[in-house]
Amino acid sequence: MNKSILLVLSLALAVACGKKEASAEDNYQPGGGEATTEAAADPASYDPKRGEGKYDTVELGATLDQAMATKGEEVAGVKCASCHKTTDEKLVGPGWKGVTERRTPQWIMNFITNPDPMIDKDPEVQAQLEICLVRMPNQGVSDDEARGILEYMRKNDGVK
Amino acid sequence: MKNKFVQAILVIALGSALVSSCKPKNSGDAVSGDAAQRVYVAPGKYDEFYNFVSGGFSGQMSVYGLPSGRMMKVVPIFSVDPESGWGFSEETKPMLNTSEGFIPWDDQHHLELSQTNGEVDGRWIFANANNTPRIARVDLKRFKTSEIIELPNSAGNHSSPFITENTEYVVAGTRFGVPGDYDKGDVPINTYKENFKAHISFIKVDKESGKMDLSFQLRLPGVNFDLSHAGKGKSHGWFFFTCYNSEQANTLLEVNASQNDKDFIMAVNWKKAEEYIKAGKGKIEKTKYAHNTWNDETHTGTSVIKDEVLVLDAMAMKDICYLMPCPKSPHGCDVDPTGEYIVGSGKLAALIPVFSFDKMVKAIGKKDYEGDYEGIPVLKYNSVLHGEVQKPGLGPLHTEFDGKGNAYTTFFVSSEVVKWDIKTLKVLDRVPTYYSVGHLMIPGGDSKKPFGKYLVAYNKITKDRYLPTGPELTQSAQLYDISGDKMKLLLDFPTIGEPHYAQAAPADLIRNNGQLKIYDIKKNNHPRVAKGEKETKVVREGNKVHVYMTMVRSHFSPDNIEGIKVGDDVYFHITNLEQDWDVPHGFSIRRAQTAELLIMPGETATLNWKPSKVGIVPFYCTDFCSALHQEMSGYIRVSPAGSNVPISYSLGTNLPASSTK
Repeated sequence: MNKSILLVLSLALAVACGKKEASAEDNYQPGGGEATTEAAADPASYDPKRGEGKYDTVELGATLDQAMATKGEEVAGVKCASCHKTTDEKLVGPGWKGVTERRTPQWIMNFITNPDPMIDKDPEVQAQLEICLVRMPNQGVSDDEARGILEYMRKNDGVK
Repeated sequence: MKNKFVQAILVIALGSALVSSCKPKNSGDAVSGDAAQRVYVAPGKYDEFYNFVSGGFSGQMSVYGLPSGRMMKVVPIFSVDPESGWGFSEETKPMLNTSEGFIPWDDQHHLELSQTNGEVDGRWIFANANNTPRIARVDLKRFKTSEIIELPNSAGNHSSPFITENTEYVVAGTRFGVPGDYDKGDVPINTYKENFKAHISFIKVDKESGKMDLSFQLRLPGVNFDLSHAGKGKSHGWFFFTCYNSEQANTLLEVNASQNDKDFIMAVNWKKAEEYIKAGKGKIEKTKYAHNTWNDETHTGTSVIKDEVLVLDAMAMKDICYLMPCPKSPHGCDVDPTGEYIVGSGKLAALIPVFSFDKMVKAIGKKDYEGDYEGIPVLKYNSVLHGEVQKPGLGPLHTEFDGKGNAYTTFFVSSEVVKWDIKTLKVLDRVPTYYSVGHLMIPGGDSKKPFGKYLVAYNKITKDRYLPTGPELTQSAQLYDISGDKMKLLLDFPTIGEPHYAQAAPADLIRNNGQLKIYDIKKNNHPRVAKGEKETKVVREGNKVHVYMTMVRSHFSPDNIEGIKVGDDVYFHITNLEQDWDVPHGFSIRRAQTAELLIMPGETATLNWKPSKVGIVPFYCTDFCSALHQEMSGYIRVSPAGSNVPISYSLGTNLPASSTK
């Protein structure tokens, strides 16, 4: 009996106030818009060879573009070298030696210019994160700069 | 029997539950039942408005979201801020320089958003310093103080920083009449009437860069200028200032400056003043004032002391300024969105006089004067008056507008906001405030285009509104919904310092103005930047040591430094190499007699340290930056003065044993 009284009472309370509470979403119309949240992508659509980003293919020369590699080295000195060595030794992130043999050029370009979604989706990067524990930051690298870095990585891997 | 009894109880209980459950108890009848949902902004969602609130005696500006009342940022302006290093880093110290040197504090009263065509444009916000007269410009792409200009010949910079409708000028009227810097200042105080004058500054604002320049000052009788607002629309070209102490009392102002039945609203024809300046009627006077500017590429402030100002004697020019008699020490001076009505709030009056711009222009044309005040024509009250709001409340202070023909005035003594019709002068509604309201703000409420919807009252006293916190209690803001006929209290929220005037703009206007996320390290032209770890080094120049250091998640380069000696003057020039949004790093040194540095991505900042004890001194990053943040640290070896330990530095390799002797 007591229980049913409580039930009725609480139902009545809910009804009495429910009208107002339920309309919270309708009443509030934020003029400032909503915070952007990353769209949840289908992980099955992720291509681990290509990565995620604007590059489908990257044209590489048969030989090294020396000028481009030099520019890339300059950028890397400011934006990358704090964490990546050119040897195979891990610093904050993995060493760069051999990276152009392990990864496709488009994967490298996508990862440099669009790291966050790839850190969230790429199985190998996720495994790497468990070792390094620092997410590779988006260093605001432009397309030209990224291409230069890739050329510098090729130079580092012995392309002449 | 038992059942009937239970049923009766149930009915009573149900009835009273229905009544009491939907009526918030402690906030009284003032809060309507749906207040909570109207201010609720769900996690991850944005507020509708940015609300910029003056920090009063904190010297800073706070930024809130409306309707939630959530505080998002405090922008350091006139007071040092150990949290960000403002006023502590070598680069920011010049921003607080004045003609009398570095000043670590001020009292920040009023804010004004920049406008184009009388509408808020979301580019900059101007702030006044009341104690040491200064005007600051805060860049709203960076939420950073970009410029501070000191005002000569002034004391108590209260009636500022109000702007003309295209941000042509920021004005600043002195609250205290004082002898000008170019007058003889060493005079007996009781010679006030003879020697004290008041100056109003017109600061030109560059259309593109926002850069300020003290264009000219008007020399005026020694009254106290209190508040001001520019004309708009038809009254563009005019500025209006309230003034009190027309008695020119110099002691016990509480009594002696409240003698006259009427003081004045001064109308300034600033376009006319410009003409006189062009015609060479101004006089260059000697003075000293600081003009401090921030450079985003060198990440450094520069202070220049200027020594001249152009002064135009408005008492000698008969057609720049006109006085409109206004009852009882007027405070607020507010111009409605059409530019026709000027509301003067006589803070000791029990009515609100509303003046008509058209009538004023006519009266000036007919020279409808009742006399003059030290050479300034005084117009007849009845010739310029649109009308008076009768019995609105006690102690009117400030008025804002909703763009629908209504005005809203705060009443300090009777603790309320009163809504009235500008044309008919009829009181339409009143709501209590808790307690003793000063300023109020409607988004865009002093512009040509108010956004309406909300009104915020900024209260001087909170007493029992919050949990007690000892003798000093928070001051507060109260949010009202003004979208309907009746004002509705929605929310209380605490503020920093003492809130005076505030501004608000729709969120999109600010967040889509080109918000800066990082400083581009390529454009970093700091003279001691290290662009990459290969440029880091430690250089001794006599007893000065310059450390060129970098920071990135999560280490410093270098992080082992030796060869520092007691008595050295050490400068850490630290560059944050990150180029990612929301990744500042902090820097602190044990027992350094200064604040931390908080360095934005791509920025360089400098901390000065004078070690006085031999030993090993750790330093570390103060802003949690990654999972390895606790590892972001380093050591400095401090040797005795005269020691011959050489300068050495490294990262990731132990120094050779030879260097450790």
